[in-house]
Amino acid sequence: MPAYIARRFMLMLLTLFGMSVLIFVLLRLMPGNVADILFDASGFIDPAERARIEEELGLDQPVVTQYVQWIGALLRGDLGFSYVSERPAIEEILPRIPVTAQLAAWSLLFSVVLGVPLGVISAVRQNTGLDYALRLVSLSGLSLPSFWLGLLILMAFVQWFGFIPIYTETPATPWDGFLIYALPALAVGFRSSALIMRLTRSSMLEVLRQDFIRTARAKGATEQTMNYRHALRNAVLPVVTIIGIEAAFLIGGLIVTETVFNIPGLARFLVEAILWRDYPIVQNLVMLIAVVVVAVNFLVDMLYAVLDPRIRYAD
Amino acid sequence: MATMRTLVQPVDHAVELSRAGANVTGSGSALLHLAGRHPLGLIGLVIVVVFVLVAAFAPLLATHDPLATNAATSLAAPGGQHMLGADFMGRDLWSRIIYGARISLAVGIASTVVGCVIGAAVGLVSGYWGGWVDLVVQRVNDVLQALPLLVLALVMAASLGPSLTNTIIAISIPVVPHVARVIRASTLSVREMPFVEAARAEGMGELQIALRHVLPNTLAPVIVLATAQLGSAILTEASLSFLGLGIPEPYPSWGRMLSESAAEYVRTAPWLVIFPGLAISLVIFGTNLLGDAVRDVLDPRERS
Amino acid sequence: MPGETATLAATEPAAKAAPAVLEVEGLKTWFFTRGGIVRAVDDVSFSLSEGETLAIVGESGCGKSITALSILGLVPSPPGRIVGGAVRLRGTDLLRVDEEAMRRVRGNEISMIFQEPMTSLNPVLTIGAQIEEALTLHQTALSRAEVRARAVEMLQLVRIPEPERRAKEYPHQLSGGMRQRAMIAMALSCNPRVLIADEPTTALDVTIQAQILELILDLQRRLGTAVILITHDLGVVAETAQRVIVMYAGRKVEEAEVFALFEQPLHPYTRGLMGSIPHLVDETTERLAEIPGMVPALNALPPGCAFAPRCTMATDRCRAEMPPYREWQAGHFSACWHAEALMTGRSPPPLAGEG
Repeated sequence: MPAYIARRFMLMLLTLFGMSVLIFVLLRLMPGNVADILFDASGFIDPAERARIEEELGLDQPVVTQYVQWIGALLRGDLGFSYVSERPAIEEILPRIPVTAQLAAWSLLFSVVLGVPLGVISAVRQNTGLDYALRLVSLSGLSLPSFWLGLLILMAFVQWFGFIPIYTETPATPWDGFLIYALPALAVGFRSSALIMRLTRSSMLEVLRQDFIRTARAKGATEQTMNYRHALRNAVLPVVTIIGIEAAFLIGGLIVTETVFNIPGLARFLVEAILWRDYPIVQNLVMLIAVVVVAVNFLVDMLYAVLDPRIRYAD
Repeated sequence: MATMRTLVQPVDHAVELSRAGANVTGSGSALLHLAGRHPLGLIGLVIVVVFVLVAAFAPLLATHDPLATNAATSLAAPGGQHMLGADFMGRDLWSRIIYGARISLAVGIASTVVGCVIGAAVGLVSGYWGGWVDLVVQRVNDVLQALPLLVLALVMAASLGPSLTNTIIAISIPVVPHVARVIRASTLSVREMPFVEAARAEGMGELQIALRHVLPNTLAPVIVLATAQLGSAILTEASLSFLGLGIPEPYPSWGRMLSESAAEYVRTAPWLVIFPGLAISLVIFGTNLLGDAVRDVLDPRERS
Repeated sequence: MPGETATLAATEPAAKAAPAVLEVEGLKTWFFTRGGIVRAVDDVSFSLSEGETLAIVGESGCGKSITALSILGLVPSPPGRIVGGAVRLRGTDLLRVDEEAMRRVRGNEISMIFQEPMTSLNPVLTIGAQIEEALTLHQTALSRAEVRARAVEMLQLVRIPEPERRAKEYPHQLSGGMRQRAMIAMALSCNPRVLIADEPTTALDVTIQAQILELILDLQRRLGTAVILITHDLGVVAETAQRVIVMYAGRKVEEAEVFALFEQPLHPYTRGLMGSIPHLVDETTERLAEIPGMVPALNALPPGCAFAPRCTMATDRCRAEMPPYREWQAGHFSACWHAEALMTGRSPPPLAGEG
């Protein structure tokens, strides 16, 4: 088990290193550098000013030095400087973290609470009308873009209540928070729950085919014991790993949904930074997202190891 | 007793059934099989084919020039001259959706094909040759898969700049690691098959073996993956365009039609929100139905 | 009731007159597939006395496992269905009782152990929990502590060292032989009247096989359980069973006391199976005599004897007419047109692979 953790941890660091190189290279592939773009935006070119900014950004240094400086700054917690708001990026990013974290938490909760039980029911009632209905629902869930679903929800609200429930101010109480986040979480979570449901179903069906289910049946186990005690326990193992994939899935949904619901979170901030060509922010935000996704996957692997005795007791 | 439903599949039973010659899958053409066994897959196929036809015959189906603006018909409601209404610039929504099918399918299919071809090549090389090539490819795959698909596509689109070609590239890159991983896995198993050894014994070159013997045997999973990825690629294009980073104006992209003042149109011109979204959802739904059926046909065991 | 083991252990091995605990009569289990109707079990009858060991022998695909699953009502359905016959457990026809009553029979009165102890045990539950489960399902009067004690006692009974510790371990932590012992402990925990052992030693090392068989027989003597042993290995049969049924293509082709069967098989198929027993001593000199060909497709059986296409004795009559299943000697049944020739020992024709 410790060896397993160590190995997974090293792999995580390696992935993050690769990620940082990828992001660094990608953002340097862009035509022109940041200084060009800044001047492009203002439409005014003063060579001296330009050189000064390039120096300030370290763009006159060799690429490797630039990379090392960037990583060094990141490790010190220095997320750079936004050229749009002209404030340190950390001041922009920090207040947005709880916003996105809450939205993500609600979405995840929603998708798991809906996805896992429906997936189990669908598998246990395989090839019945209920199973077909649930499969169609999950397939349409995967087919509806979150942003469109979000817009439809807004439309329904306008129709029924005459107002648009989009974010205007920071919610004061948890209840207000729920009200603000519930609808966007529904838009993000519906799609994710469809994914979880499909995976739970196929995982459950796979387990129900196993020999030990036959053993349980031969033992005289009831349908409930078989489905929940024997099958579900094995079926949730792969579903747990899905939560890792889910993290990446959710972020995609958050990006469009925060835009639709006007939520001042990190995901929308990334889109804005890209649109404004605020590349230092883009570089650090993408790296932050990568860290979160990789860390979630690492934690999921650890959780998997705890849940699966075959890994827990492996040496 | 009558209601008893057993999901148990005893080993002996499987043997008995296959001995009994009950295994008749693969008889008849793939299409007939799809129709008989997978009615939903057939519906999916019909949806996709209809969209392809719409894209192909867009000039015949469109009632207006999709790019022609007209201040007089700005935000015209559905009915009358504009079947589905008109957008802020007075452009006919029906015609824009019809032409939008071209963009959506072209980008979706092209990026899926590009991603699958690159992915298959990478997976074949890394699975067949192994060694350090394989090691590097796998780590790069880890990295590419660690970023959410949309984020990777966003960054790619941002660094390449908005254009049709760049959007296709931006969407195809995230497909590569998925395909490469699957091809690598099946290459590893095919590589050990006796016929590969036989080909080698006959003096066939390694490259020839990889292309003539290994690649064709890994095609089934690629086809399964490609159909599954098609919907995802179409969705990514719509999302990128919705965020303003995909297909640039004035091309009629469904995602772009929903962007900008969509939240405002929810109140004032809901048709501008409903119809393009319906088009996106329907075509993705079709590819998903088709993808499931293709997987069922080509992949005997249900996979996630 | 931990004391129950002791009382039951006093039961002597059943004599011939012992009453039948399980009677299978005209059992027909068919599979309705797209390729046609597969008669996996077709008109199979036998009875099992208390304390008796009955072996069902045949190649894989002959219907022996489906027979076992039919007795427990575990035939995968669809496509399988029991279309006829009766399975009487002490007079009650199990094919007529409802699912809930059947559930109370499984693991309680009739238990089953399977070929693959690794895949047949749930990987995420401890060995102890899986034994306890059978007890909690059927022995509802027992307290939690009694159930736990009984599970450990069962592990001890199957001679697993350090039963308390092993009960807390997971299947993957045990060796193959240990796992099969645990399966046996689980199957016997409720003192079933009948134990069905489906190829219990096939997946095990040769050295472990004998130990497991010996354990099953010893427990049978002590607990008085009747055993149906399903195997493809006549060597196993010779050491364990009192009576043997040979199945081919879903039907019984021969039935006899073990001694009579080995002394004078009255079906060429049985002779073929005997030829398939590897003899360790002269392994180097004698090639394993195998029966040529395979079990025919069960949905496309020949009109005559199903074994005819592979039989060296087959005549036109064999290929045209199904031989009747009849008693040739006291207690010795066979379905072969040439049974008489085999019985009189008149020039036994050579089998393929020999000579």
